[in-house]
Amino acid sequence: MTERRNNQRKHIILLSALAVGMVGFSFALVPLYAIFCEVTGLNGKKYEREISAEPSVLQVSEREVTIQFLAQVGRGMPWEFRPTESKLKVRLGEVHLTSYYARNRADQAVTGQAVPSVSPAYASNFLHKLECFCFTQQQLEAGEDQQMALRFYIDAELPEDISMLTLSYSLFQVPDVEVASLALASN
Amino acid sequence: MAVTADHAIPNRSPLIAFLSRWLLTTNHKEIGTLYLWLSFTLFFIAGAMAMVIRLELFQPGIQFAEPLFYNQMVTMHGLIMVFGVVMPGFVGLANWLLPMMIGAPDMALPRLNNFSFWILPFAFTLLISSLFMEGGAPNFGWTFYAPLSTTYGPPSTDFFILGVHLMGISSVLGAINIIVTIFNLRVEGMTLMKMPLFVWTWLITAFLLVMVMPVLAGAVTMMLTDRHFGTSFFSAVGGGDPVLFQHVFWFFGHPEVYILILPGFGIASQIIPTFARKKLFGYHSMVYATVSIAILSFLVWGHHMFTTGMPLAAELFVMYATMLIAVPTGVKVFNWVATMWRGSMTFETPMLFAIGFVILFTIGGFSGLMLALVPADFQYHDTFFVVAHFHYVLYPGAIFGIMSAVYYWLPKWTGNMYDERLGKLHFWTAIVAVNMTFFPMHFLGLAGMPRRIVDYSLQFADFNMVASIGAGMLGLTQVLFLYIVIKTIRGGDKATSRVWESAEGLEWTIPSPAPLHTFSAPPQFPIPEEAYQHD
Repeated sequence: MTERRNNQRKHIILLSALAVGMVGFSFALVPLYAIFCEVTGLNGKKYEREISAEPSVLQVSEREVTIQFLAQVGRGMPWEFRPTESKLKVRLGEVHLTSYYARNRADQAVTGQAVPSVSPAYASNFLHKLECFCFTQQQLEAGEDQQMALRFYIDAELPEDISMLTLSYSLFQVPDVEVASLALASN
Repeated sequence: MAVTADHAIPNRSPLIAFLSRWLLTTNHKEIGTLYLWLSFTLFFIAGAMAMVIRLELFQPGIQFAEPLFYNQMVTMHGLIMVFGVVMPGFVGLANWLLPMMIGAPDMALPRLNNFSFWILPFAFTLLISSLFMEGGAPNFGWTFYAPLSTTYGPPSTDFFILGVHLMGISSVLGAINIIVTIFNLRVEGMTLMKMPLFVWTWLITAFLLVMVMPVLAGAVTMMLTDRHFGTSFFSAVGGGDPVLFQHVFWFFGHPEVYILILPGFGIASQIIPTFARKKLFGYHSMVYATVSIAILSFLVWGHHMFTTGMPLAAELFVMYATMLIAVPTGVKVFNWVATMWRGSMTFETPMLFAIGFVILFTIGGFSGLMLALVPADFQYHDTFFVVAHFHYVLYPGAIFGIMSAVYYWLPKWTGNMYDERLGKLHFWTAIVAVNMTFFPMHFLGLAGMPRRIVDYSLQFADFNMVASIGAGMLGLTQVLFLYIVIKTIRGGDKATSRVWESAEGLEWTIPSPAPLHTFSAPPQFPIPEEAYQHD
């Protein structure tokens, strides 16, 4: 009987540990997911770390692809935001400069952060940005406008089946100092 | 033991005696009864919401429900049916039956059992009260995708979050209790591979519950902090990702749908051999099939998310893994059919429901296979075809399973036979109504009618009208079911202890109605034939 009791206690402890561990696992999914997306380039996310090769050493290939630019404005963001060119035909390996136009329509200064997304998702590892307004937060005074530069090239290794890429930016308002630092910390 | 002797204490007002009996009970049979009545009550509440939905969809246009209210009905119907009807229904059956099937005097942790149950009424009060709040109840669908539930959720979403937390705690505690009971309290001689299949399927279900309910708790906690504490788990503004929500949710959600069906498999595996008067065909393969289904369920959550822009490799993996599940499920279906093959079958109500379960669940399984195909899913996604699919696996699956279990064991619980004529009437009306309600939804979905939208275009009108008439009929048959259950509790032909001619299992060796305390002394196992004969 005491043996059974001990067994029972052991089972309860193990099962409770499993339940608590699974709560932990659900939170562990957050960094796991981020790492997984970063390694595989999935979900159209471009993590900005590997702004690698010097443009001068790039091989320019004959192959041409089309890149489209999109802009979205997050809820409550009082900016006008659009690409200056809606699409470009580019050669692989060639560095291009384009820009997005932004104007603050509010009557006070507003800070914004653009979040990029590439489609098809697996193309994101081949789109390299040398300079991008999305690397930092942008602040515009009331009524101010700005051309925001984007310098990029597309890797010559781009898979054969891709003939068109879409680069989309969603622009969000950075609410206030505390929350902004929190969000950056979680990055 | 003092608690169950309460009714013997004099000078207590009947109300206090009644309340303390049911509030403080630690008896597995009484707690099972409580679970079943809670499930039945919520079945009528969520069913009434389904009636509102079908009434609104009876004709194109907006007649009875504003779009926002319609969305609340869809959401609450789904949440209550999943968490309030099917899950507590199965837990109630587990409470009543597991100890009796394994020859144990009670559950291993009776006080915890009482606690697990009494959390639930509070959880559902929280959830249902949100209907009466400013801004209305949750309206984002039972899957509560971010940002619908975070940025755009009504204020009452926080009540929903707390309600889900409570349900989760209740389920995890209940599941731990069930596992500990099965591992420790089996009668001498009942090895794992000699357990009745209902016990086996519940053991596996309980493991799924312990592993995925905490993930759901994590998901709603992240929602809560996103809503109120400035985190950005699911918000792109702060570096999060709304698609992550779908991954976390379906990591819980897919095993959850097996939680909703595995005990039903167990029930069918108990009932079909009794009325075919043959041993269950392929007991071992049944056990292995159930285990493989449970393991595979953790690998296939992506098939709910084909249209989110998953990479091709992941889509292919998930598609093949999903189709692989059809193999163990097919093993089970063939085993049931082989059990019936050349058996001396009779068609009492529990058997009718069990056969209905096998046939209609298989149809639901096939439409699931169609949905598993990536290229086809892009067309079916978020249409009524999906609604038809999961109602075929859940209504004639989970609900028919519970109903056949109730008819099968009700004589054991109450000591009275149910009215066979009314039972058959219930079955035949239900099976006509179920098909009339849900079959046309396949066609609607294939023709492109989206789900969760209050209005639809004219070409969908006829099938929707048929579905709505079927739904009304289906609602009425449940009133008949309630009447049959109450009538059986109040009286009827006395049941013998074995009840059914060739029922096998320890629960049929004790008298009917089952006394409050059973197996205080362990029974003999394997069961000697004369154990069935004591009345």
